[in-house]
Amino acid sequence: MNGAERTKFGKFGGQYVPEVLMPALIELEAAYHQALSDRDFQKEFQHLLQTYVGRPTPLTLAERLSAHFGGARIYLKREDLAHSGAHKINNALGQALLAKKMGKKRLVAETGAGQHGVATATAAALLGLECVIYMGELDMERQKPNLLRMQLLGAEVRAVSSGSRTLKDAINEAIRDWVTNVRDTHYLLGSALGPYPYPQIVRDFQSVIGSEARAQILAQAGRLPSMVIACVGGGSNAIGIFSAFLADPEVCLVGVEAGGSGIESGLHAARFADPRRGRIGVLHGTMTYVLQDEHGQIAQTHSISAGLDYPAVGPQHAYLRSIGRVEYTYVTDQEALEAFLLLAKLEGILPALESAHAVAEALKRAPRLGENHILLINLSGRGDKDLDTILKALSPQSSERPLGKTAQ
Amino acid sequence: MNRLPTLEEAFQAARSQGRAALMPYFTIGYPDLLTSFAIVQGIAQAGADIIELGIPFSDPLADGPTIQHSTQVALQNGVTLETCLTFVRQLRQSGVTVPLLLMGYYNPIFSFGEERFVHLASECGAQGLIIPDLPPEEAGGLRQACQHLGLAMIHLIAPTTPPERIRSIAEHTSGFLYVVSVTGVTGAREELPPELVEFIQQVRAVTELPLALGFGISRPQQAVMYGRWVDGVIVGSALIEFVRRSENPIQAATAFVREFRTALESIFSAKKA
Repeated sequence: MNGAERTKFGKFGGQYVPEVLMPALIELEAAYHQALSDRDFQKEFQHLLQTYVGRPTPLTLAERLSAHFGGARIYLKREDLAHSGAHKINNALGQALLAKKMGKKRLVAETGAGQHGVATATAAALLGLECVIYMGELDMERQKPNLLRMQLLGAEVRAVSSGSRTLKDAINEAIRDWVTNVRDTHYLLGSALGPYPYPQIVRDFQSVIGSEARAQILAQAGRLPSMVIACVGGGSNAIGIFSAFLADPEVCLVGVEAGGSGIESGLHAARFADPRRGRIGVLHGTMTYVLQDEHGQIAQTHSISAGLDYPAVGPQHAYLRSIGRVEYTYVTDQEALEAFLLLAKLEGILPALESAHAVAEALKRAPRLGENHILLINLSGRGDKDLDTILKALSPQSSERPLGKTAQ
Repeated sequence: MNRLPTLEEAFQAARSQGRAALMPYFTIGYPDLLTSFAIVQGIAQAGADIIELGIPFSDPLADGPTIQHSTQVALQNGVTLETCLTFVRQLRQSGVTVPLLLMGYYNPIFSFGEERFVHLASECGAQGLIIPDLPPEEAGGLRQACQHLGLAMIHLIAPTTPPERIRSIAEHTSGFLYVVSVTGVTGAREELPPELVEFIQQVRAVTELPLALGFGISRPQQAVMYGRWVDGVIVGSALIEFVRRSENPIQAATAFVREFRTALESIFSAKKA
């Protein structure tokens, strides 16, 4: 019963799950290691990424946005252009292929913003697997288009009405389903979270973002960026793009959490930014930073972005922060909204509200960096799903304060 | 305080009567703190051999709707880990002597501090811990603390656990092995899987530890049927569900446990006759 180090990043990670799932995790680990060295598996995965997902996704120089601030040149890694509208498809396809290899006929997944649910439903349709998606009731309301998309793709979407009715509770239900049906079901976890080997698997399947972006920036700009910025909910798009730059000490890496209505308000999902409630703990199988009360009960979170609205962060992020390799910060709902509008007007791109958090942070930093610097943003998804939320936030009756001149 | 009977003695006492030990689970603070205290006192008198006391957690992912609901209510009632420790202490002070185990998820214990928790749990009169989301791989620190203070660290095995892993888990377990009867979450079930007896026999073949069967047992007949193969039967969700539906929770819980105890004893009298 040793070898726990294998499952951890420093002291973070591990396998804190009910025993019924341990054999499934051991099986998954073995299947994954086999897949890593299985040429046919890798060939099939690469083939799907190119001919189905549309990879490589472009790297776009955001000229007007850069000029607007007169600072660093801003590049966007366009995961919003991946099939199904976000980076989530990279991991969903990879894991669905693994599930098939393990002989599992059924996929269960959680979803917050609905992007991972859509990606999983897409992969299930493509590979002929049964698919059940758990989604919090609150998220079903605020991400309705994705709910309908999942249903059209043939997935059964089950509403979760417990707890905060968001991503955390959807994961609880997905795990309960998995515990019950573990023999024929694969849990297709969508972020770099959960028990080992999920954080590693999700990172590896998402590392395509970083390896493409690194090659593209070298080809287009002739050098590495000064800074890479990505939003961090569980942290899969961030770890995906960071992974290619971890060994480049000159590249500053910045993860952006959801600041919600501000840290003091208590209504946020910024695990690293709230010294009172963001402490090391265990949630959903992994040891990491978790928003919790003084008694170790998991806290309710808030973000305008359903995909960032979660009380724990991927364990590798906790580790990268502990060794000082990645800097973590947060932006508020309001700042994310403003960034959304600015990107729409200046570049003709509607980003997902999740990704708008990364854009907002870039907008703070770009003016401070000189013109000779390059700033790379992972634009992890597109914003069509968020139109309702955004229109509501912009309406005069909204409790959000009116938007400033930045959007003009 | 007089010396309390150990887990081993509790199993031995039941065994000498030719039956499995009756091991009810109840959530501390459900439907409220005082009622749950009276319920545990009541079921101790009504024939529980060992009692599992549930520590509430906000995200109980191994539990079905019944226990989820009970723990949510307990949290709304303000129950914390400290409350649970005091609960055990006061049960002992009130004269409850059956072995008491604390069962709860890892995060509140980790947050409280493992060593501090084990120390206080032992001091208050708890005799063991069951933490469903802490497999032996992650339980090193807690196990050491438990060994040091003589608390049992009870691990679970599931129908999906392969034999070599059962052996290894058993080596890291003290007190008894918690045999999960189904692949699934807690909750009363009409039927248990047909291969269950075979699974129990496989477990028996690799360990000398007492075996307690839990998850899904809802009726006295089930306890009797499977009690022949194990050393203890755990009844949780069915008891809580019965209490939830009742006008008088304390009487209901007591009657429920008495009925199970009577059923388990009846095989003994049947054997004697």
